[in-house]
Amino acid sequence: MRLVKDGQLVEDRYVRVLDDAPVPEGVPVIVTGQRFISDAAELVVRGAPVGVLWPNDRRVAELEPWLKDLSLIGLVFPKFRDGRAYSQARLLRERYGYRGELRATGDVLRDQFQFLVRAGFDSFEVKKAADAQVFAKAAARFSVVYQPGADGRVPALRRRLQSGGAIKARETA
Amino acid sequence: MYVYDDFDRTLVAERVAEFRDQVARRLSGELTEDEFKPLRLMNGVYLQLHAYMLRTAIPYGTLSSTQMRMLAHVARRFDRGYGHFTTRQNIQYHWIKLEELPDAMAALASVGMHGMQTSGNCVRNLTTDQWAGAAPDEIEDPRIWAELVRQHVTLHPEFSFLPRKFKIAVGASTNDRAALRIHDMALRLHRNGAGETGFEVMVGGGLGRTPFLAKTIKPFLHKRDVLSYVEAVLRTYNEFGRRDNIYKARIKILVHELGAEAFAKEVDAEWQAIKDGPLALDPAGFAEIAARFHYPSYVQLDDHPPELAAARRADPGFDAWVNNAVAKHKVPGYAIVTLSLKPEGGTPGDLTAEQMDAVADLAERYSFDEIRVGHEQNLALPHVAQRDLPALWRALDAIGVATPNLDLISDIIACPGLDYCSLANARSIPIAQEITRRFRNTELARDLGRLHINISGCINACGHHHVGHIGILGVEKNGEEFYQITLGGKADENATLGTLIGPAVPYAQVADVVEDIAAAYIELRQRPDELFIDTVRRTGVEPFRERVYAAR
Amino acid sequence: MTSPLEQKIKITGPVVVTANRVGDGAVIYRSAEGGWTTALAAAAVATQAAVAQELVKAATADDLRAVGPYVAPVKLTSGGEVLPGNLRERIRLRGPTIDLPTAITLVSVVPQKDHAQI
Repeated sequence: MRLVKDGQLVEDRYVRVLDDAPVPEGVPVIVTGQRFISDAAELVVRGAPVGVLWPNDRRVAELEPWLKDLSLIGLVFPKFRDGRAYSQARLLRERYGYRGELRATGDVLRDQFQFLVRAGFDSFEVKKAADAQVFAKAAARFSVVYQPGADGRVPALRRRLQSGGAIKARETA
Repeated sequence: MYVYDDFDRTLVAERVAEFRDQVARRLSGELTEDEFKPLRLMNGVYLQLHAYMLRTAIPYGTLSSTQMRMLAHVARRFDRGYGHFTTRQNIQYHWIKLEELPDAMAALASVGMHGMQTSGNCVRNLTTDQWAGAAPDEIEDPRIWAELVRQHVTLHPEFSFLPRKFKIAVGASTNDRAALRIHDMALRLHRNGAGETGFEVMVGGGLGRTPFLAKTIKPFLHKRDVLSYVEAVLRTYNEFGRRDNIYKARIKILVHELGAEAFAKEVDAEWQAIKDGPLALDPAGFAEIAARFHYPSYVQLDDHPPELAAARRADPGFDAWVNNAVAKHKVPGYAIVTLSLKPEGGTPGDLTAEQMDAVADLAERYSFDEIRVGHEQNLALPHVAQRDLPALWRALDAIGVATPNLDLISDIIACPGLDYCSLANARSIPIAQEITRRFRNTELARDLGRLHINISGCINACGHHHVGHIGILGVEKNGEEFYQITLGGKADENATLGTLIGPAVPYAQVADVVEDIAAAYIELRQRPDELFIDTVRRTGVEPFRERVYAAR
Repeated sequence: MTSPLEQKIKITGPVVVTANRVGDGAVIYRSAEGGWTTALAAAAVATQAAVAQELVKAATADDLRAVGPYVAPVKLTSGGEVLPGNLRERIRLRGPTIDLPTAITLVSVVPQKDHAQI
């Protein structure tokens, strides 16, 4: 697994902890959604970063009370065709204001990079090494976007209005 | 029609560049077919029986003459000299090579055309009435709204991997010419009691294995809210739509399983949270899109010019065509002309490159450069001066698109079927061809009157057989082609699903069966002007069943 | 769920393995030499499930050249000719059963002599 963050291949500093295993002290950990929900009160005061791997068939609203305490949320693409995590990501960023690391995990391929970035992901467990190499290029594939997303890019409609719009264009034609 | 600006052109060009890279990675083996398939589908590239197929979007069925010429060029240069217009206002090329696709797409992109989202589990082509912007009975041009929604859902980061495909139609008239209720979502412009114009939102229509008609989940939506509401519907579908079973994954199943009311509540809960956000449409935003729709500079003309009346008196053939293929335009002195792509013995919806070029020339000369594609697989020239009709007719006749059979029994809607399609169980085109031969007599066809035959080669129902007055569905039995016959379907504002009349009949008997049904109608109708569909509704299918199966 | 590759193939008669060529989508058949041919006559014909299974497995691994391989029935004539075994395979081999539009001559629906001068 190759972790891409800020456009670079990086080491994953988080340790995955199984549901029945003790949580190691002093290191960043990722636990399952189930574990997090049941042990949240202890986990959020443990003194080291805590992250959760949240399934794509549970509402992210359940995490709302702890969003300030989570430093990482991992969302899941069991197959890249299963697009539920895109909605989860946007809700976390745009509805609930989550500011921590938002990681795409599972079947993550380069052809989805731009969608993932636009949905609010900022780190990626990339399946293929070759894809990881071209992250920066692939994520910037489209310079025009038609709709607002979690990445704050200005949609074409707004850009047109900012430049005076079609009526102005007609006048200057 | 909508004119692309730099933003639109850039997006399409970047899409072509992306696809060129994806094709290269497929050909080099860096991408497996499994990985490549959803990527090519999102550009409308299918693999069919004989070759790849490229489906090119014609958003809300509107084309310029320049674009039509490019369609002709692509047909000649990259295909076998013809294209096929579909029941979703798209065009298909059936003989495309993958290696040449990036170049074909670049050619299309140069005139603002593409295959983006004509396949895959995303929002597909926005369709509407092929008379939009010209019809007298619409309250405003639905295409502007279709364009607004089209842009919003194009390469939408959240909704490119839905449970299944999602088809949206927009209408603006009480006469539904866009088959709204067979769509996943339909937006119908209308006025409420307070005189405001807004949308009726219907969700959950779709044909195929489990056909459903869409249900109204919001009787009146303000224009300001259209994008946020569409977003809320898609988000609800993305979250709850089934992903365990491809045959249960459309939104129609979700609406059916939850119930329309419960579904509407889910959508509303989501919508309340976003309706006042960045998707709220301000007048400036709407005006921006609307300003890039160019309308003809109509000339001041009178209705029924004397030259037209004289020509009709002089030539019964011309007169018959005017009666059949020419419809009223909202501007006096103009007309909407339909081009029949259903010649006797021909393939419904096919057009050669030569014909395309000729239609482009005629559009330039007689229709302010504009052409329309209808879901019934005919074309239209939407803005023709009535005084030009005689000359136009001669030209259309010379290229074989003036058969006066619009809405008649030989104006058949048919999918490509087993002759082309890898999903098909049976052929549909030769069935259509034989029916047109049996009913070649124009007087007979006119006597039968409005009669819609829809033929699908498999249960996916691309021929919309469920909503045909006569629906024909190809099935396979022991390696042979058989056809189920339904009667009484309707695709308009009184949309209805047809009723099966009996056991499937073999390939060789289908045209005979249609003749029997036509004969039964003639006997059963109360008056010559009682429409076929009304006779069926009055009598039920029983008398037709008896007639068809008496000797079989 | 069993991978299609592991699903036991059952055959009731002679079969070939067919697919579409990656580059242009043309119909191709797996040959005995482990390649692909557009000529049905040159296809490897299997009469036993195990052989067909091997052919499919090898074909499926050849993702670079072929898309969607599957087992298709054929008929063997007494003269040893290999023919497509059903309508779908006949259409794949020989093309659509209808004339393509370019082959049809455009005919005016109105006989020329009836055209009044208008």
